[in-house]
Amino acid sequence: MSETAIKLRKREKTSLFDQVKELLPDGGNLNLCLTCGLCSSGCPATGLVSMDPRKMLRMIALGLDEEVLASDWPWMCTMCQRCIYACPMKIDIPQLIYNIRAQRPREERPKGILGSCDMALKNDTNSAMGTNEEDFIFVVEDVLEQYQEEQPEFAEMQAPIDKEGAEFFLNQNSREPVTEPDEMVPLWKILHLAGVDWTYGSKGWAGENYCMFLADDDAWKHVVQTQTDQTHKLKCKTYLNTE
Amino acid sequence: MTFAVRAGLKKFNIEHNFEVKNIYEYYAKWIREGKLKPNSDWNKELGIKFTCQDPCQIVRKSYGDEIAKDFRYAIKAVVGEENFVDMSPNFSNNYCCGGGGGFLQSGFKEERLEYGRIKDRQIKETKADYVIAGCHNCHAQIHELSKHYEGNYPVIHFWTILALSLGVLGPNERTYLGDDLMEVNVFHPETAM
Ligand code: SF4
Ligand code: SF4
Repeated sequence: MSETAIKLRKREKTSLFDQVKELLPDGGNLNLCLTCGLCSSGCPATGLVSMDPRKMLRMIALGLDEEVLASDWPWMCTMCQRCIYACPMKIDIPQLIYNIRAQRPREERPKGILGSCDMALKNDTNSAMGTNEEDFIFVVEDVLEQYQEEQPEFAEMQAPIDKEGAEFFLNQNSREPVTEPDEMVPLWKILHLAGVDWTYGSKGWAGENYCMFLADDDAWKHVVQTQTDQTHKLKCKTYLNTE
Repeated sequence: MTFAVRAGLKKFNIEHNFEVKNIYEYYAKWIREGKLKPNSDWNKELGIKFTCQDPCQIVRKSYGDEIAKDFRYAIKAVVGEENFVDMSPNFSNNYCCGGGGGFLQSGFKEERLEYGRIKDRQIKETKADYVIAGCHNCHAQIHELSKHYEGNYPVIHFWTILALSLGVLGPNERTYLGDDLMEVNVFHPETAM
């Protein structure tokens, strides 16, 4: 448990507690917490930096905003929602964590997440590794051509980019085109054998979204809007996540 | 990422006229419809055991147990029913691996590995040889857990083992396979680089 004694003071009007009450009319009413501890007992982040979900809830209910905001624990909760699943009152702790993350000045949030989100905002590809449209198209075409030649059974295989009217708009984690392009091939082969009509988008192809983890609403929205616009432009019926 | 798209469309009221789906549902569908014909004979004598990580973002947070069932249906078709071992707990009650939520990027490595201790234990309890990870964050985190806690189980993407069972996995598409599978069912071995 925490090494420093918890000092109580009067809850302020704009406290996390009130915010959460407003933000979460049906899932977030902290007054409903039975302090049963089911959330904490099933949470893998329990005990990290002397914190656990129930304790965090209690601290917020007691108005200890400063201590909560100073803790790094909200960046160690993975917002996996297992606690909601276990909680008899279905209290939305990960949503609370999201709001706590969002309270930290943007530039003070963990550098790795911040950098990945900022990178995604640089290009319309949304790639957290900064891959632009040209580089992506080049890698895909280059790898495809090589496999079409070397494995004649797949001479007809395609990896279309911006194919209008394809049934599926497929996304792709940046890790493959950037660091291990051969890993894209098994999926292409599978789609080819199944006779699937699919396409990547030159814009919005990247599947990852660190802006959500950064708790940056505007950036998260921007990424989803880019993916949406490109899917509309290509008139695809289904946006297909590969993860 | 499935959850970021689905939750984002909803949260920001983004108008759209397409459906958002995850490929695990389709792998199962294509197999059921006979569009894909995986064959698990390669593993009959080998008897290599597989378990899988249900990604929180796809199962608990998006499509629930249905997609977890589809995932298993597809895995069993590929590795053989008797060669799949489930973790416990699983499906919507599964533990997060600790790679999600930005934890892999946030710089708190020691805490992240501590978080993953439960996952590593779950995996070891299955006695499975391989873990099939459903997403990249899970893949990277469990891969690291495997090294850190010295279980040394390979962690693979599903497309790898599906392509292997379809007989089309080439020699350069085997980055994450263990030595036991490097030489199995190799498609165009002469193209090895
Ligand atoms: S499981 Fe729910 S009711 Fe129980 S302590 Fe946690 S938040 Fe409160
Ligand atoms: S969402 Fe956070 S608090 Fe809840 S179980 Fe997952 S890691 Fe723990």
